Amino acid sequence: MLMYIARRLALAVVTCVAISVLTFIIIRLPPGDFVDAYIANLASTGSNITADQAQAMRVEYGLDRPVYIQYTLWISRVVGGDFGVSMMWRRPVTEVIGDRLWLTMIVSLSALFLTWIIALPIGIYSAVRQYSIGDYFFTMVGFIGLAIPNFLLALILMYLGFRYLGLSVGGLFSAEYAQAPWSFAKAWDLFKHIPLPACVLALAGTAHQIRIMRANLLDELRKPYVITARAKGIPERRVIMKYPVRAALNPFASSIAYVFPYLVSGSIIVSLVLGLPTVGPLLLQALVAQDMFLAGTIVLLLGVMTVVGTLISDLLLMWIEPRLRLTGHS
Amino acid sequence: MADLDKPLLSVRDLAVEFQQPGGSVRALESISIDLRPGRVLGVVGESGCGKSVTARAILRILDRNGSITAGKVTLDPATATPTDLTALGAQSPEMREVRGGRIGLIFQEPMAALSMQYTVGNQLMEAIRVHRDPGKAVARQRAINLLREVGIPRPESRVDAYPFQLSGGLRQRVGIALALAAEPDILIADEPTTALDVTTQAQILALLRRLQTDKKIALMLITHDMGVIAQMADDVAVMYLGRIIEYAPVGEVFGAPRHPYTRSLLRSVPSMLAKPRSRLATIGGAVPQPNARPKGCPFHPRCPDMIVGRCDTIAPAPVPPGSVGASCFLVEDAAA
Repeated sequence: MLMYIARRLALAVVTCVAISVLTFIIIRLPPGDFVDAYIANLASTGSNITADQAQAMRVEYGLDRPVYIQYTLWISRVVGGDFGVSMMWRRPVTEVIGDRLWLTMIVSLSALFLTWIIALPIGIYSAVRQYSIGDYFFTMVGFIGLAIPNFLLALILMYLGFRYLGLSVGGLFSAEYAQAPWSFAKAWDLFKHIPLPACVLALAGTAHQIRIMRANLLDELRKPYVITARAKGIPERRVIMKYPVRAALNPFASSIAYVFPYLVSGSIIVSLVLGLPTVGPLLLQALVAQDMFLAGTIVLLLGVMTVVGTLISDLLLMWIEPRLRLTGHS
Repeated sequence: MADLDKPLLSVRDLAVEFQQPGGSVRALESISIDLRPGRVLGVVGESGCGKSVTARAILRILDRNGSITAGKVTLDPATATPTDLTALGAQSPEMREVRGGRIGLIFQEPMAALSMQYTVGNQLMEAIRVHRDPGKAVARQRAINLLREVGIPRPESRVDAYPFQLSGGLRQRVGIALALAAEPDILIADEPTTALDVTTQAQILALLRRLQTDKKIALMLITHDMGVIAQMADDVAVMYLGRIIEYAPVGEVFGAPRHPYTRSLLRSVPSMLAKPRSRLATIGGAVPQPNARPKGCPFHPRCPDMIVGRCDTIAPAPVPPGSVGASCFLVEDAAA
């Protein structure tokens, strides 16, 4: 068991290295570099720079050197915790990302928990009472939730929240706290702003998870061990919760792997619409501007999150699924 | 000590229907059986004839689209306090007390019938504690004793094993221990040996036989295997398409089968004495779909002795409850 975990950890490190290489290649794929994009940007505003200045910029950022050297330089600094300087913002990448990473995590995890809190009970109900009126109702609501684009929902909820509830919409902070240092009042302000984006982000996911839970549980409910449990004389509620529901939860543990990065990157459009200071919009801007170090750091971050998510879900599965734990590997 | 002649459980004219998208399907019709202490009732028939549905209907654990539409299932019919199980709510505390507490159920697939996520001990102790909770420590000791009783070696360590760590034979023994956990006096074994290899089958049957004789348990043994019936049963109910078409002591079923279907079943059992390379007799045709039941006697399309104009128009009367006989016009005519 410990061997298994050690092996998984070693593999995770290897995967992360591979991800960093791929990340670098992907960022370098578009033709041109940051300086080209910068010049094009300047040209569109009417000004321009000389070829010497452009060359000086390239030297400054190391863009004149071969790709593999650029990578080595980048990754050796990354390992030391220095993610380089954002070319676009002209500030260290860590500073640019800064609070955004934590805010993203807070919004995303709130959305994830909201999703599960809503989806699991409804999924269980829908499966146990398959083809009942309630099941049809939730199925319909779920599909509507799936079909509505998130950003549209964000706009509608913003309008409703502003028009009828007088909520301050958009962003994660009220104006007076946006630039203020962290304080209890600021944290409380953040807490008040979380529900709207969390709801928007949770909704589509909820519909999806309801369907997954329903399908998983329907499969499990048909299995003979459920009848065994019933034949023991256990109350029906306990039969359902202890046996098939427990088994139907396994896929949820596995889904954590891809849920993590999705929560960060999948919310780009919603974050733009709602004006959330999260990582998503930043990644989009960085990619457009070919800001190598910023985009690279974020993509690398997403990759590492996937690896960590996979690791967490593997450990979780081992914890809840004795067959994996005792036979050592999947 | 229970009176050996008086049934512990009587089923009378039980009918079960399933609601399906195409309409309702009748799965059982006029089922009448008696389970007596210390005796084994073998229920035999092809797949889909309603053997398992009978077991589940008795325990009131039919799927949600199934319901009992007629008949009675009476527990302790010969005592001053008989209980009609069909009158109880399927989820009522009284019915739950019967499940496991009075009637234990043993399943066909030991692999699928146990949850792979809890230890053997956890599942056994749950079955012990749900009825009369003696506390965790005592329940654990009882679980170990049960495992020993069903012939599992090293029960002290096996109690903490997960079912997937046990062989098929051991798992089926756990299944039997599970059914015995709350000391029921009636056992229903639904194809308990079908998924096992032949040697293990023999061991499990011997175990069932021993437990049933020692504890004077009334055993309902569901199987499609005439060999198992010959070895185990005292009485036999032969089922076809949701009906009991013959009900008789085991000697009569094998020595002087009444119903053409019973005779066909017996002819299709492989025999060591048959000529080498001779063809095994089969029953012509296939079991009709339950939603396309033939008019008249359900067996008439496959029956070698079918009387045209009679068997295909009206169904013969069911075997009268509590008596020996066959549901067939040929038998009725012979008796008249």
